[in-house]
Amino acid sequence: MLTIAAFICGFIFGLGLLISGMVQPAKVLAFLDVFGAWDPSLAVVMLAALVVSGLGFSLAKRRERPILAKQSTLPTKTTVDRQLMIGSMLFGIGWGLVGLCPGPALENLATLSPRVIAFVIAMVAGMALYDFWQKHRLTIRHKGTLAAAADG
Amino acid sequence: MSNFTPIAAAIGGGLIGVSAAFLMLLTGRIAGVSGILGGLLSPGMSDKNWRIAFIAGLILAPLIASLIGSELPSPKMPTSWSVLILAGLLVGFGARLGGGCTSGHGICGVARLSARSITATAIFMAAATVVVALTHHVLAG
Repeated sequence: MLTIAAFICGFIFGLGLLISGMVQPAKVLAFLDVFGAWDPSLAVVMLAALVVSGLGFSLAKRRERPILAKQSTLPTKTTVDRQLMIGSMLFGIGWGLVGLCPGPALENLATLSPRVIAFVIAMVAGMALYDFWQKHRLTIRHKGTLAAAADG
Repeated sequence: MSNFTPIAAAIGGGLIGVSAAFLMLLTGRIAGVSGILGGLLSPGMSDKNWRIAFIAGLILAPLIASLIGSELPSPKMPTSWSVLILAGLLVGFGARLGGGCTSGHGICGVARLSARSITATAIFMAAATVVVALTHHVLAG
């Protein structure tokens, strides 16, 4: 049931990106191009999405648990840290270069465009690189602690 | 503002909101595409089925829509392959480091009034705006 629900939600999400035009990188870039022929559509998309999802989230908050799952998995971090800021900046640079973020990038795979496929492969590689770096960093930090302990 | 399409934007945005609201109400999950995709890459994760299902629905949407005559054209992409690859790497790495993307932070997080998401959204919007100003106006001459 949970899988079917997720499938339907993904489908509705895809329809939303399609109808709003946000699946097209050109439409997204036109929003970001404040010094050109500015197209405010993306702001309307976000506003509408925020109002509707905000209503849904406040309903969800009142429930003890989700309808189809034992518990919800909400983000646990609450503080704004350096990783969040640097990551968002890198993300914004990449987004501005092409006009594709992860949702529309995946949806555009349906067109079988070689450039979209290349972008998605690079995007997945970027994510894998992050996971690899995280794992590596933790190992180094762990070894560092051990070495320090040995010195002491 | 000749390309402004407020009605389509409101309907489409509303549907994205419906998707995020239902995913939370039904499954208790955040509709953040980079998080959903990223979770598939971690080998230890056991909850892969719903992630694959969400992404399958996302990709199937334009294919079903094309059956009723609304074909999704190949998107306009930069001609340079190196720019394309660099942008993809930045989007993937940045979204994971920053803990989310346009959907997870920009919509779900802002709707939850999360300080982290509001900050992230402000930063990636600003960075993308600067990049577009540079590439479309300054460097393009």
